[in-house]
Amino acid sequence: MGGYSALLRVLEEMRPMEVIEQMARSGLRGRGGAGFPTGLKWSTVAKAVHPKKYVVCNADEGDPGAFMDRSVLESDPRRVLEGMAIGAYAVGADEGYIYVRAEYPLAVKRLRIAIAQAERMGLLGKNIGGTRFSFHVDLRLGGGAFVCGEETALLASIEGKRGAPRPRPPFPAESGLYECPTIINNVETFANVPPIMRKGGDWYARIGTAKSKGTKVFALAGCVNNTGLIEVPMGITLREIIMEIGGGIPGGRQFKAVQTGGPSGGCIPAEHLDMPVDYQSLTQLGSIMGSGGMIVMDESSCMVDVAKYFMEFCMSESCGKCAPCRVGTAQIYEMLCRITNGTGTPDDLKLLEELCDLVRTTSLCGLGQNAPNPVLSTLRYFRHEYLTHIEVQACPAQVCKLHSAAEVTV
Amino acid sequence: MTSPVRVKTLRINDLDVSAREDETVLEIARENGIWIPSLCEIEGLSALSACRLCLVEVKGSPRLHPACVLKVEEGMEVFTNSERVAKYRRMILELMFSERNHICSVCVSNGHCDLQALAQMLDMTHVEMPYRNPALSVDASHQRFILDHNRCILCQRCVRVCDEIEGAHTWDLMGRGINARVIIDLAEPWGASQTCTGCGKCVQVCPTGALSEKGVSSGEMIKKRQFLPYLTTMREARR
Repeated sequence: MGGYSALLRVLEEMRPMEVIEQMARSGLRGRGGAGFPTGLKWSTVAKAVHPKKYVVCNADEGDPGAFMDRSVLESDPRRVLEGMAIGAYAVGADEGYIYVRAEYPLAVKRLRIAIAQAERMGLLGKNIGGTRFSFHVDLRLGGGAFVCGEETALLASIEGKRGAPRPRPPFPAESGLYECPTIINNVETFANVPPIMRKGGDWYARIGTAKSKGTKVFALAGCVNNTGLIEVPMGITLREIIMEIGGGIPGGRQFKAVQTGGPSGGCIPAEHLDMPVDYQSLTQLGSIMGSGGMIVMDESSCMVDVAKYFMEFCMSESCGKCAPCRVGTAQIYEMLCRITNGTGTPDDLKLLEELCDLVRTTSLCGLGQNAPNPVLSTLRYFRHEYLTHIEVQACPAQVCKLHSAAEVTV
Repeated sequence: MTSPVRVKTLRINDLDVSAREDETVLEIARENGIWIPSLCEIEGLSALSACRLCLVEVKGSPRLHPACVLKVEEGMEVFTNSERVAKYRRMILELMFSERNHICSVCVSNGHCDLQALAQMLDMTHVEMPYRNPALSVDASHQRFILDHNRCILCQRCVRVCDEIEGAHTWDLMGRGINARVIIDLAEPWGASQTCTGCGKCVQVCPTGALSEKGVSSGEMIKKRQFLPYLTTMREARR
């Protein structure tokens, strides 16, 4: 609908500062997970004095079971290109990259077609729409490392280096790709830009809660009747998402927990189902918004096993650069293995909490800082399950195969 | 006329200090005789912020900051040895000891090891988590040097000195997470390396017994690091 009309209107009628003003008014926050205000990020890059600036789109969607970005890239790649071009105009960049994972061949193909079409139509490339503004976009394919979704690792990967994060500051907005000021935003964030430009920041800010504006796409998965992608206004409750949109739990089983935010998010129990979904309340509950994964679990799930599964993912996706994440995730995973096979001790539980706190506090990047979330949130809401595994060597959901339990029953 | 060098004043552990604006907290602490533990950091090489031992507390910030890359700011209040950071440092050291194999009594670097020295200085009395003891290889294919992965803590000093000072970039990393390890060229035996100049800088900067010279007893395996500040100073003077 109205493809590239927002870009053309922006180029004709708006000055770069007015674009940023509209972005700030919209209250849009980064949809990749951290929720940094997009207008603020853009204005930092716009203010930076540098002959070269970049716009980078993070399309390295790595959360298991999440495909929000994939659906946008495969169905409407032009919208992302348009959002990037508007961003480039706003900050004075003339070159951009889309870092898309190679596991999305259809998205890559359609992006290539969309870029070629836009260049032919004069909507990307030199002198866009007959103005003096030029913007070139190229693709970079990710090699399948989860950590490359972290912005500094992603930029290192584009530069051809090993995909490992570096300490911030300096933030990419000050020193990003090839040490130039860089906007780096997620696919969904850029896709939100054209409608904001067409209808104004105030229109967008009318949707959502006080500090989380607009809509968010979630990938609803797990034990619900209706799985798939949903776009909902910020502030909707978890109950509405799971029980109404998701159609409840199949087979008449009981809802147990919902895991939000991908492998480094937390598990939220039934008593918090009426919490509104926004950046603040999810953080308050020990989880994160993340990029929008939402996995529903019923009573047949063992929460210790769930924590172990996500910790294994984070352990194998850690880049190995900083010591707390590299060794800490491995030690936590091995500890969870001991608890789930019946050889855990009460001392393990104390050490487990200390290690989670250490990894969360001292890791270099967001991967390590959020990796303990599944363990910490399940310890907070489902501690009794850990205790049952340790004290009576039994798994309440009968998921874990405990050595000693088998011996006892024989 | 304004001075080309601007000075910032800050406070480290109740001591007022002044620093050049481009200095890090670690540098200015050292200049003022305040010791902050560090391991991946070594004077003369770029900062990596990987070991996380130099984490310090800054008043008004809930997060901990690595002193090796933390730039000084006017009015900043830094605490280098609070109870909180001391506890985390000891645990990070324990994690490092638990990761591979660090049995000092049978190590060539016993008595000349940065990791061992830090454990003593930070009062690490025992390792609370289980030792992982993975079975890792030893590369003794080079004529003069030995690489023992079992002693490596992935500080990347060898990687950086080879790239930044020697300019050979023989060393790099491969593998992710707990499976990461240093490699020579494209994971080839050291003795077969086409790029290694045999300069030995990597061996001298290695904090542990992961890189050592052949044919020396543990009493003799003292790392000679004087070349590094010398070379970096000479280069800067030439610019």
